[in-house]
Amino acid sequence: MKHRTFFWFFAPTALAMLIFIAAPIVSVVLQSFFTPHEAVLIEVENCGPFGCQIETTIDQDATAAIRGEKPLGRFVGGSIYLDRGHLATTEVAAAWRGSDSMGAFFDELGDLPFYRAIGFTLVYTFTVTPLLIILGFAIAVGVNSLHKRLKGLAIFFSLLPFIVTPLVGSLIMFWMIDSRGILGSALQWMADDPTLSLKASTSLTWIMLIVYGVWHSAPFAFVVFYAGLQTVPQDTLESAQIDGASRWQQIRYVVLPHLMPLVTFVALIQLMDNFRVFEPIFGFSAQAHATSLSWIIFSDLNGETRQLSAAATTSVLTIIGVAILLMPVLVRTWRDFRGGAH
Amino acid sequence: MFLKKIAIATAVSLMGTTAMAAACPDAGRVSIVGNEFPAIQTIGAGASACTGGSVEVSTNLTADHQTINLPGMISSPAEYTSAIIANSSIVALMNDDVIRPLGDLVAAHGADLKPNQLITINGEVMAVAFMANAQHLVYRADVLAEAGVEVPSTYEEMLAAAEKIRSMGLMDNPVGGAYAAGWNLAQEFNNMYLGHGGEFFAAGSAEPTINNEQGVATLEMMKSLSAYMNPDFLTHDSNATNAEYRAGNVALMNMWGSRAATMTDADGVSDAVKDGFAIAGPMTVAGGDTPASTLWWDGFTVAKNISDEDAEATFMAMVKAIEPAILDDDEIAKQAVWLIDGYEPTEAAVGVFAAANSGTIPYPMLPYMGLMHSALGAELADFMQGKETAEQALADVEAAYITAAKEKGFLN
Amino acid sequence: MASKAQQAPLGLRLATYGFIIAWLILAAFPFIWTLWGSFKVELDFFSIADWTNALTGELTKDTHGSSFTGAGYEGAWVKEEFWRSVINTFLVCFFVVVTSLTLGTLGGYALSRSGHNYVFWLLITALIFRAMPPITLVSGYLPPFFAWNLWGYLPTGIIVLVAINQPFTLWMLHSFFQKIPKELDESAKVDGCTQFQAFRHVIIPVMWPGVITTGLFSFLLAYNDFAVTAMLLAKENQTMVPKIASFLGTTQTEGNVMFAVAAVVSATAPLFILVMFFQRQIVSGLTAGAVKG
Repeated sequence: MKHRTFFWFFAPTALAMLIFIAAPIVSVVLQSFFTPHEAVLIEVENCGPFGCQIETTIDQDATAAIRGEKPLGRFVGGSIYLDRGHLATTEVAAAWRGSDSMGAFFDELGDLPFYRAIGFTLVYTFTVTPLLIILGFAIAVGVNSLHKRLKGLAIFFSLLPFIVTPLVGSLIMFWMIDSRGILGSALQWMADDPTLSLKASTSLTWIMLIVYGVWHSAPFAFVVFYAGLQTVPQDTLESAQIDGASRWQQIRYVVLPHLMPLVTFVALIQLMDNFRVFEPIFGFSAQAHATSLSWIIFSDLNGETRQLSAAATTSVLTIIGVAILLMPVLVRTWRDFRGGAH
Repeated sequence: MFLKKIAIATAVSLMGTTAMAAACPDAGRVSIVGNEFPAIQTIGAGASACTGGSVEVSTNLTADHQTINLPGMISSPAEYTSAIIANSSIVALMNDDVIRPLGDLVAAHGADLKPNQLITINGEVMAVAFMANAQHLVYRADVLAEAGVEVPSTYEEMLAAAEKIRSMGLMDNPVGGAYAAGWNLAQEFNNMYLGHGGEFFAAGSAEPTINNEQGVATLEMMKSLSAYMNPDFLTHDSNATNAEYRAGNVALMNMWGSRAATMTDADGVSDAVKDGFAIAGPMTVAGGDTPASTLWWDGFTVAKNISDEDAEATFMAMVKAIEPAILDDDEIAKQAVWLIDGYEPTEAAVGVFAAANSGTIPYPMLPYMGLMHSALGAELADFMQGKETAEQALADVEAAYITAAKEKGFLN
Repeated sequence: MASKAQQAPLGLRLATYGFIIAWLILAAFPFIWTLWGSFKVELDFFSIADWTNALTGELTKDTHGSSFTGAGYEGAWVKEEFWRSVINTFLVCFFVVVTSLTLGTLGGYALSRSGHNYVFWLLITALIFRAMPPITLVSGYLPPFFAWNLWGYLPTGIIVLVAINQPFTLWMLHSFFQKIPKELDESAKVDGCTQFQAFRHVIIPVMWPGVITTGLFSFLLAYNDFAVTAMLLAKENQTMVPKIASFLGTTQTEGNVMFAVAAVVSATAPLFILVMFFQRQIVSGLTAGAVKG
């Protein structure tokens, strides 16, 4: 395709992304290098319905003057990236020197918010993504073999985990797995342990979040694979059958290679989405046991005093994390791209 | 009554004797952002009633008000001419200097306001409060009677009562607590820490001072209480805690006064719970005099980046919305513990009144208190699960707070 | 797959059916449970005393005299005017899907038909764009939107949803377009068509499988979005999900959870109709449009 033609085809979508994604990313990166100016604090008397107190407040005039000179704030270089809320280099070094075994070192790391979040995020990403791809593929093959009339119904019900609003979906799931809810009671009965509570134990909470993640996202993989299955070349399949290929061999050597670009696509999207896991942690009130980078951003932005620079820094770290995570898939895409270009 | 006392103590003669009823403005733009609970809906509706002629009133009452009020008031002219906030959240607006002093407006149109409704910061009126709130004891009179224990006035008595109720087999987990990791858990720490006489910061600076004996004692008390709670307490916010109470699983809890009025109204609450429902003031702890609770107010502010006409219109519409006449409606009178002139406390308000009368400390209106609250919410869960010592947890809180405060420019 | 040779042996068929039934139960159970529970009172559905109350409705019977009540629905639809958000949601969804697909098919098609190296880098950039957490993006939009008086309107929300979702749409359509043989449009070009004419007359007729699937995801994204719609839309323009969230209450005040539950069930009903309608497109339409490789 000519450059010119390409440009006109691509311009509308590029424009939308530049304005609404690229520009904010630039401002976020900038923000992660600047912090608000040092506040000039003064003690004043404040009064209200419950009497008067001496309290500290910001001297607005003095602060406004400093702000006027440098509206972006203080340039702090990479120091937010290295502080305790993020990469925590000083604390990590101290932990390394201070702990006598790897176990103790990792315990110390787990006490730092960033590493605690990364720990859960990675476990979540690398269990949920493969499981949901396998499950989604199995469902797609299964549904595809159903009778025509049943397919619509099966598709609808398979989509339900994906379309019931996660906000309330997780509220209801959260209720069902309560030690007195239907699933919680069932588990207690199966484990024969009346004190079993999924919500009070860290490891059970992790398992619960992972199961929820697979359940919630498998329909996505299912729909993509299902649509892909419709385009499997029939004559190749038929000639494979004539050659006496078994059902498994047909899937292995005809269907899977055909779906490979879609598998890559689903893996790419899901690795990224799972790395940014947030909704289940929020919905299941699981933050005592599991946090993620997105959760840290949320809590920085939602406090009564919003921490914009901290949130910006964690966002940049998330993007870098995603880039590292996707490297193998990207290399693969590059090879496909070079291979398919001619 | 505490309000009258304070009114006398802090009386500022801002008002003339010519009392005139609140009136709607003649012209201007009024745009209100605030939370969406019923009392604030009432006020939004009251202000909206002023629409007409060249007066334009719009409201945006949403649970996300805290995220949008600042961006919506920084722009010039501000999208919102008034934000309804509480003593914790006014700080964010003060920090960015987006609200205006109201002295002149109060003098011109504030005849209906009582002096103690005026929130003054450094001598300037920055907000007008209209309702109060506090956490206090909610209990089951029938269960306590059956166990033969008095209504606890201290947390130590609460522990003893809980032990009694449990050992008699009346309830497995008699204590309820909104101990969900995050904002709720941090708020319970604040209550208990103030009850122990603790100070959050060194005077006049943003240096944290919570890693001390009172801090440790606070955490130990919270740990002891949690032993009598449902094992999932770290996921129980105030909604979940209320549900436990309604289901009859809980006999003692520290709960928001704003929820007392509707506590047993929900469909399907059993008669035992309805009849046994009772409230009392907040408890003290460790022999202290200060109740382990905090006082809260909700009030309105007026934006800085708007024309003086719009500011006047906004102020008038808001004062009209909280005029004493609204209390004639019984439903509205029940919606909150109003600070409005002529409010007669209902039965559901006795807890909040007791809190105010017994010297409960207001939630600190400090620029950096929000950072401390977030740090507490994030770092205390490990201690509650028994993964850390109290000292270690408090050291983590301080470290997390210092990082955030440095970044926001409150500490060097 | 209807030929005799393809007929699966009985054991395998049973295993497949067993698996699909197990999955369908797993997928649908929470929803069916919600549907059933939406006719109960809160203390029954979220019953702490005994979970079987959610089935039998003990307390619902005490309160309303029968073990089913439509109180949640009445509250959500009549008292809280849930229908307004339903209208908003469908406006948002419709325009998001149409705009996303228009931009996305043009872009995705171009990416799939150009062999230059920058195509790869564009795809990678789009992917990196998608890595940006939406909450950060939304909080970044607030100041300029308020300053330019764009905040709160449906078109603003729609444009933002379209833009945020473009990387996904591009990638998805790019993979689908790649599976459409290049010979198709190239031979059209040999016959004297411009690139756009080739796209218009040759590609559009065969691209529907991918477009419908991508459209379905654009639709679901707009339908389920919370971060953008809660923060960027004014109260009267809010879609269903933030409206449902507002039924849940906050720390200091009570919500009405049963309104939320009834609203969730109501929100899923139109999707049921939609998917039933789409299944014919997906099942038969897709197969008919499929390309023989």
